[in-house]
Amino acid sequence: MTTATAHHDDHGHHGPAKGIMRWVLTTNHKDIGSMYLWFSFTMLFIGGAMALIIRSELFQPGMQLIEPEFFNQMTTMHGLIMVFGVVMPAFVGLANWMVPLMVGAPDMALPRMNNWSFWILPFAFGMLLLTLFTEAGAPNFGWTFYAPLSTTYAPSSVTFFIFGVHMMGISSIMGAINIVVTILNLRAPGMTLMKMPLFVWTWLITAYLLIAVMPVLAGVVTMMLMDIHFGTSFFDAAGGGDPVLFQHVFWFFGHPEVYIMILPAFGIVSQIIPTFARKPLFGYASMVYATSSIAFLSFIVWAHHMFTVGLPLETELFFMYATMLIAIPTGVKVFNWVSTMFRGSMTFETPMLFALAFVVLFTIGGFSGLMLAIAPADFQYHDTYFVVAHFHYVLVPGALFGIIAGVYYWLPKWTGNYYDEKLGKFHFWMSFIGVNVTFFPMHFIGLAGMPRRIPDYALQFADFNAIATVGAFIFGFSQLVLLYVVIKSIRGGEKATDEVWEGAEGLEWTIPSPAPYHTFAEPPHVK
Amino acid sequence: MFSRTWQRLSSVVLGLFLSPAIMADWELNMPQGVTDISQSIYDLHMLIFWICVWIGVVVFGVMFYSIFAHRKSKGAKASQFHESLGLELLWTALPTAILIAMAVPATTTLIKMYDTTDAQVDIKITGHQWKWQYDYLGEDVGFFSNLTTSQDEIYDRTAKGDNYLLEVDKHVVVPTGQKIRFLITSNDVIHAWWVPEIAVKKDAIPGYINESWALIPEGKEGLYRGQCAELCGVDHGFMPIVLEAVTEDQYQIWLDDQRAAAEAQAAAALGDFSHEQLMVKGAEVYARSCAACHGAEGEGMGSVFPALAGSAIATGDMAEHIDIVLNGKQGTAMQAFAAQLGEVDLAAVITYERNAWGNDAGDTVTPKMIIDAKQ
Ligand code: HEC
Ligand code: HEM
Ligand SMILES: [Cu+2]
Ligand SMILES: [Cu+2]
Repeated sequence: MTTATAHHDDHGHHGPAKGIMRWVLTTNHKDIGSMYLWFSFTMLFIGGAMALIIRSELFQPGMQLIEPEFFNQMTTMHGLIMVFGVVMPAFVGLANWMVPLMVGAPDMALPRMNNWSFWILPFAFGMLLLTLFTEAGAPNFGWTFYAPLSTTYAPSSVTFFIFGVHMMGISSIMGAINIVVTILNLRAPGMTLMKMPLFVWTWLITAYLLIAVMPVLAGVVTMMLMDIHFGTSFFDAAGGGDPVLFQHVFWFFGHPEVYIMILPAFGIVSQIIPTFARKPLFGYASMVYATSSIAFLSFIVWAHHMFTVGLPLETELFFMYATMLIAIPTGVKVFNWVSTMFRGSMTFETPMLFALAFVVLFTIGGFSGLMLAIAPADFQYHDTYFVVAHFHYVLVPGALFGIIAGVYYWLPKWTGNYYDEKLGKFHFWMSFIGVNVTFFPMHFIGLAGMPRRIPDYALQFADFNAIATVGAFIFGFSQLVLLYVVIKSIRGGEKATDEVWEGAEGLEWTIPSPAPYHTFAEPPHVK
Repeated sequence: MFSRTWQRLSSVVLGLFLSPAIMADWELNMPQGVTDISQSIYDLHMLIFWICVWIGVVVFGVMFYSIFAHRKSKGAKASQFHESLGLELLWTALPTAILIAMAVPATTTLIKMYDTTDAQVDIKITGHQWKWQYDYLGEDVGFFSNLTTSQDEIYDRTAKGDNYLLEVDKHVVVPTGQKIRFLITSNDVIHAWWVPEIAVKKDAIPGYINESWALIPEGKEGLYRGQCAELCGVDHGFMPIVLEAVTEDQYQIWLDDQRAAAEAQAAAALGDFSHEQLMVKGAEVYARSCAACHGAEGEGMGSVFPALAGSAIATGDMAEHIDIVLNGKQGTAMQAFAAQLGEVDLAAVITYERNAWGNDAGDTVTPKMIIDAKQ
């Protein structure tokens, strides 16, 4: 018994291996979390560069910089990279770092699988990006890859795209399983489900969503593969297939997917606001129930992306009502956050600024979502820049700000040093201004009738497009500040305390800063 | 460019504080359109918009109040309340009530939009990469409608016209005061036919025929422009729609003209054409229908669009040449022109290709040969 403990302690103190093999072979949740985050950050700059190419071409009417074909490749790759390469890996990275620390577990439950689920990703995206240099060019059919544009009429790179999606899917499913198992099995004694921090809760629900819908995505790309190479006609009308079937299957994955991209951000914000308001989260239980209802409803609203495909009236009505319903739990969350702030004692460090911007701007995205849910009106909104404005409001100041808020919030715990607060605030304000200047005008041009995914546009849309492009450059370049802040904090700076933040509560703040390589070898007790 | 942008920006900001009528001029908002349906949709849009604004004012109001009043720097002490079943029920029930109130007019409007019965005019609309085809069912009138904006405008080599990217060679003409049913389908990938002013947007899907309708009231004659709204490939941004609403009388006259023109064309095809006549006409047709891809001098474009000057097909076997122009080539941008161009135009453009830019096939393709090839 004593020797076993001694051995255990010994194990607890040895550090990481040296050199590159540390990263290739690591099974440590902190290492893997960091790799996910760096991967996501890299992809953010690649996907962001593509966005700037798109916005540059759209700066004024006429084709100046690139050809329509390349434009379509850019929109497609931008969307795929941001969704699968930035937002999802960043959340998995945060989960890797924080879930074990928050539930008092020594590591993720399945550490080897963890290593593998990360290392698949660089290969998947490497392959996807390399298609840009093939003769046929990269995928050009939009991130929603509607058949038959993505089957019969696709460039030959579509096969690599399908393979890449399969790899990302495997990675996500493995990551999700790992998170579920960790949360359900490795919680410290005393931490009942209803005592779990909300970040853990939202990730638990997200992980179930992932396990439920990633196989559907894998299914739909496999059907494409069969159509393209093996003579089937799932989506080919000429062969008796059905192009609309593609959209049903895709959005059955796609709508839960958009919640996969926001629920963990809800969790992060629910950690940050109480900390900086120095007041417990308002309505913890209702937050859990609201998140669960959103997750459930997200399975029965998919056809709101298909209001114009000619669904029967009854179907159309059902999906309109269901979509409107989803606004209710979403509203509950916003009301709870605001009530948490009410009569608190607030300070406004960078994580809090991003969290507050999240609440306001995500809500604006929710409002436009509610407008889109009104089916008759969606006939006018659908496939215009209004939709582009909507999903960028929920994804950029929503998901992405949530991620950035989390990074600032936990960075001192990871590096042991406070980040540069001045630069952090500068980064916040530049991002905040950039995001709004970029995406707010898109509501106007969408309502005025500009379709999405076009490389050139009529003259009446010129002014707002020019403004949006200016905003995009402000936003894009301010992310370099974040890079600088992160590196600076890794290199040094004011030493962080264990609690890091005055009002912070939770197991992750009971361990030293920086978090040692191994934590909670002995499970803590939660009262 | 830039100074104009800023001018416009400042006027927009000012405009927000001025009357909504001025805002409408600047196209910040959804058009009210010219049909009952488009008006109902606009009303729904404004209703839900104001609902959102008011919820926003309340929620953000409370939030900003807390941000200003309950800050630590002002010595605020945090209270520790963190639960209230009453409040949770309230802010679940209240939005539910608002949404139900909202669902009622939305449902009524949607039901109206789906009622395509009793139409007086049926127009079949077929999406092609990258043009629209219109067939007036039962009227024996049909045609293709192509973008007319020139490559020079698109590539900034000349000034852009007023209706840049929103102009076509043949308008889809419809009568006012009559219920028009659109039957929408596609020949290749999915497109979407959208004219905002009549609030009709429907996907054009191969293998499906979707229905939609519009009734443009008398007195609302005019041109209404729209665009394809579903990504359909490289020229998705370049297949606009121009809807021309005319009075019932003018519509009948227009139909007669169309039929007369078609007959004249068919008759002409049976006549005799000299090589020179065909060359002159062929140059026109080529510039209009082919130059966008094959280059003004038949020099081709990039690696995808082959040069016709010196091309083996264009100088070789005539039947093969006729075949590719009539039937296109599957899976490439070279489309079938058999239905798009008349026999005379086809004969002319093929003759032209065989004998222009140094091509020296030396032969003549006659309209009669095209009629034979079509059989
Ligand atoms: C949208 C672009 C586009 C337009 C418009 C177009 N073509 Fe083509 N055309 C192509 C492409 C692409 C090919 C090559 C097909 C292939 O890969 O074999 C082609 C091939 C051809 C060829 C065979 C050339 C060769 O050497 O292989 C002929 C002849 C031809 N087109 C004639 C015409 C005529 C006549 C018109 C106008 C009535 C026309 N094309 C309009 C895209 C176009
Ligand atoms: C109040 C909650 C929301 C409602 C009612 C809502 C509703 C809708 C509707 C109806 C559409 C389809 C619009 C169209 O194409 O015509 C849409 C599109 C979209 N939404 Fe939301 N939404 C909500 C929240 C979110 C969230 C949280 C996200 C992601 C974080 C999101 C991401 C997207 C994306 C990516 C699209 C566009 C997909 C595409 O066509 O490429 N939405 N939303
Ligand atoms: Cu959705
Ligand atoms: Cu299109």
